[in-house]
Amino acid sequence: MAMTMTQKILAAHAGLDKVEAGELILVNLDRVLGNDITSPVAIREFNKLGFDSVYDIDRVTMVMDHFAPNKDIKAAIQCKMCRDFCNEKHVTHFYDVGNMGVEHALLPEKGLVVSGDVVIGADSHTCTYGALGAFSTGVGSTDMACGMAIGKAWFKVPSAIKFVLKGKLSKHVTGKDVILHIIGKIGVDGALYRSMEFTGEGVSALSVTDRLTICNMAIEAGAKNGIFEVDEQTLSYVAEHSDRKPVVYKADEDAEYDEVIEIDLSKVRPTVAFPHLPENAKTVDEITEDIKIDQVVIGSCTNGFYENIKEAAEIIKGRKVADGVRAIIIPATQEIYMRAMKEGLLADFIEAGCAVSTPTCGPCLGGHMGILAPGERAVATTNRNFVGRMGDPTSEVYLASPAVAAASAILGKIASPEELD
Amino acid sequence: MKFDGKVIRYQDNVDTDVIIPARYLNTIDKKELASHCMEDLDSTFGERVKSCSIIVAGNNFGCGSSREHAPLAIKESGVSLVIAKSFARIFYRNAINIGLAIFECPEAAEGISDGDEIAADSDTGVIKNLTTGAEFKTKPFPEFIGKIIADGGLIESIRKGSVK
Repeated sequence: MAMTMTQKILAAHAGLDKVEAGELILVNLDRVLGNDITSPVAIREFNKLGFDSVYDIDRVTMVMDHFAPNKDIKAAIQCKMCRDFCNEKHVTHFYDVGNMGVEHALLPEKGLVVSGDVVIGADSHTCTYGALGAFSTGVGSTDMACGMAIGKAWFKVPSAIKFVLKGKLSKHVTGKDVILHIIGKIGVDGALYRSMEFTGEGVSALSVTDRLTICNMAIEAGAKNGIFEVDEQTLSYVAEHSDRKPVVYKADEDAEYDEVIEIDLSKVRPTVAFPHLPENAKTVDEITEDIKIDQVVIGSCTNGFYENIKEAAEIIKGRKVADGVRAIIIPATQEIYMRAMKEGLLADFIEAGCAVSTPTCGPCLGGHMGILAPGERAVATTNRNFVGRMGDPTSEVYLASPAVAAASAILGKIASPEELD
Repeated sequence: MKFDGKVIRYQDNVDTDVIIPARYLNTIDKKELASHCMEDLDSTFGERVKSCSIIVAGNNFGCGSSREHAPLAIKESGVSLVIAKSFARIFYRNAINIGLAIFECPEAAEGISDGDEIAADSDTGVIKNLTTGAEFKTKPFPEFIGKIIADGGLIESIRKGSVK
């Protein structure tokens, strides 16, 4: 029977010639990831299992990014628990303050994921690596613990929705607008339990960063994974970052899909998701009233990549952040931070009145580094706008692209970058 | 396994950020997590859960973050069963892995209101609304899932040898 791209990767990692949707299979894992929030629970469970060592010291990966640099004593204790575990088990890929970054920006940059891999991570945004043609998905801490012990996880083989992309994005429109547009169309459970497979001639017009952003938010449509067809751009990105050889899987021509949705990239407009669900998408043209804001956050595993920081800097350079707005810029990794510094982008932000932070997930999940007071409103390039996500339960988060967030910081209200052209 | 109790009813898309807000994720202590369960969605939960042991909800229960702290907080609060029209996939896995019973049953979720008394049996898949007399049927747990729940989670099951 014909298979989707996801099904082919899963079959190969289960040692099977073919699989079909609904089948339960045991899959070998190329990488098992955790962070400073989810790993402590996984370590507690791992220790109950009675294993002396992890299945592969080079494949288990921990990144201290959520409440790091440690936001309080309890967070410090959690990071210490991870650090001690990784030291004791000789885990190679342990990333701490000084070399860490926001995990899903860090792993591709460090070459820890290549096309064809199967990755589980105790973080829902692990689905990001589908951008590189890998099967990657978020799991909980118990799955992480079992994955660290035996290097396997069970899955129900997913069916898929096929997204056929065509055309090219217009100026100021990015991968973030595409995924907000899609979630607005299919809803927060529109791809529940399923894969979102992206294909079509429009793929080659999207940068790797745009693809990472799109796959990152597949979970916000309930998907098990998001995945892009591999092309020359993917292969050169992988070759630049990793010594490992990618394995390219392609969906069968006659693979069955639950649904096929065509997206004309040239028609996507700058899009904002209103509180309190990512599906509450409106284009900037549909926003008629002035929505005043108190804070802007540019960063996260969705939009803290170099390309995103540069887009924002181009809009902010030579201008001033509006009175009463706190603009917080968080390059997602040390490498991105360094490059932005050397190119003068950080100076552009600081001169405009922005605060620039070391990499952290901090404000995205209401952890630290930019918490909202009751009734406050933020525009953020992050991925969730649930009740209380960035602070007080009465505060509001509007999700947008780096360009929209940057323009909003300057104008003090939700704004399109076109207003500053 | 049999479950009975009074129901707390919620709507669609109850996300893991409201089940346990991230500001409390600096601990893995189950009791502390339970003390903040649902507080951003329903400030009465902590009081009501003393007399209600079943949550019934709409679509996509547990969407959002993969934090296992969410089902842990619900279970530690004293909830024995969650029935929903549908569950977000990571929450679904996590609930089973930590031994929190869950039923996906759209008809039951429609036909049960806040405060109803219900009785459910995971071996037969029958859910009875004792308040209205209505009866619903869902798929019983497959045997291995039933064992994981009965053992108190996947890790316990592996240790006891019920799951190999």
